Amino acid sequence: MPLKTSNDDPEQARRFRELALPYLDDVYTLARYLLRDPADADDAVQECYLRAFKHFDTYRGPAIKPWLFAILRNVCNAEFARRAHVQTKAIDDAPEAEEKPPLWHEAQETPEGAMLRERDASSIRRLVGALAEPFRETFVLREINDLSYREIAEAAGVPVGTVMSRLARARAMLRAAWMAEEEPSR
Amino acid sequence: MTCDDAEILLHALVDGELDAGHTSEVEAHVATCPRCTAELTAIRQMHDAIARADLKFSAPPLLRRRIEAALPQPQKAAPSRRFVLKGFAMGSAVSALAATGLVAIVLSNDDQQRIEAEIVSAHLRSLQAGHLTDVISTDQHTVKPWFNGKLDVSPPVIDLTAQGFTLIGGRLDYVDARAIGAVVYKRRQHVINLFVAQTADTGQHAAKTDTIQGFNIRRWGEGGMKFWAVSDIGVDELNEFGAKFEATMRANKEG
Repeated sequence: MPLKTSNDDPEQARRFRELALPYLDDVYTLARYLLRDPADADDAVQECYLRAFKHFDTYRGPAIKPWLFAILRNVCNAEFARRAHVQTKAIDDAPEAEEKPPLWHEAQETPEGAMLRERDASSIRRLVGALAEPFRETFVLREINDLSYREIAEAAGVPVGTVMSRLARARAMLRAAWMAEEEPSR
Repeated sequence: MTCDDAEILLHALVDGELDAGHTSEVEAHVATCPRCTAELTAIRQMHDAIARADLKFSAPPLLRRRIEAALPQPQKAAPSRRFVLKGFAMGSAVSALAATGLVAIVLSNDDQQRIEAEIVSAHLRSLQAGHLTDVISTDQHTVKPWFNGKLDVSPPVIDLTAQGFTLIGGRLDYVDARAIGAVVYKRRQHVINLFVAQTADTGQHAAKTDTIQGFNIRRWGEGGMKFWAVSDIGVDELNEFGAKFEATMRANKEG
């Protein structure tokens, strides 16, 4: 991807660095959760920044984070399509998630007021990583990347109402997994 | 309001996304409904547990370098950089590797400038909500031990409150793909980040000041450490800060 763009203006490059680079960790975090593979996340994030810079003249603000995330989503979707095409085991399990027997029993009533066991970060990361899409994405954008509902809607291209119902479902699933699983198995 | 109506709104309540009208409606319902009270508690509990855990990932330093190198440099574009970009234009892993080698060469030319630009970026990042301090304390004896084991250098943490610069805490940051200590001070409403890194050079280097993107930087070196103080306060005040810091540091060493 040649970086021959309309953005050869050094002022534009400076502005882009100043605005976008501080969010590198955030973009990388989302990529890790979406792709669940460190090397693929590296590539996706680099591609995201190059695309973002190329299309920087279309950025209208106000917050750059949702804009970067929307670009990253597109990059990841292309990667999902490639994975599906290569016919490796589908890592993006969104379509089959409905059919598979759930890893935990979501309907199971948890005792009221039961305390959540304290878990360490790697254990929580694993539980979040096990959430099906699009719930995982919504959850990560809200709880880890700290976006508002409106910003999530913008990044994911869905109405705010959808964001709200996905988030509620994501939290219910995560809580069920959190309660159901005894000790981290890995 | 019924439980069904409330269900999704409970989440919005926890997330601080409800307007005042809906907030009072939901709260009124919760007050009369044990089921929704339990649900609200459960949501809060997990939300808090998530917030306590650090679930973010940090971009690998190599990725950061790759991206920085692939973007046009903010200052005048040197021909050598175009060459680097061409390396990336091929887009293969091989060319990326080759380009990484080139980057190192290009960067050595204006290391100082680049590091200062990174320092300013780190300063800007720190000003975003919630990023300023990892350890919050006005007590140097709390801030200094906090750095232990996190860095290859023990940053001097000096209380300058009496001199008009209030110590507010410390933070780990990344500059030049390395962990670096930041000691955070305040002058009125202005934040001063003092970045401290280890250097092989143990000599003393007199302070120099620069202005990048409207921020003043004062850099100096002493006792195997490099210091960069960054702030939006005026050069005079930043020099005053640096001078007082250096003087106190020397006095501590002798005393």
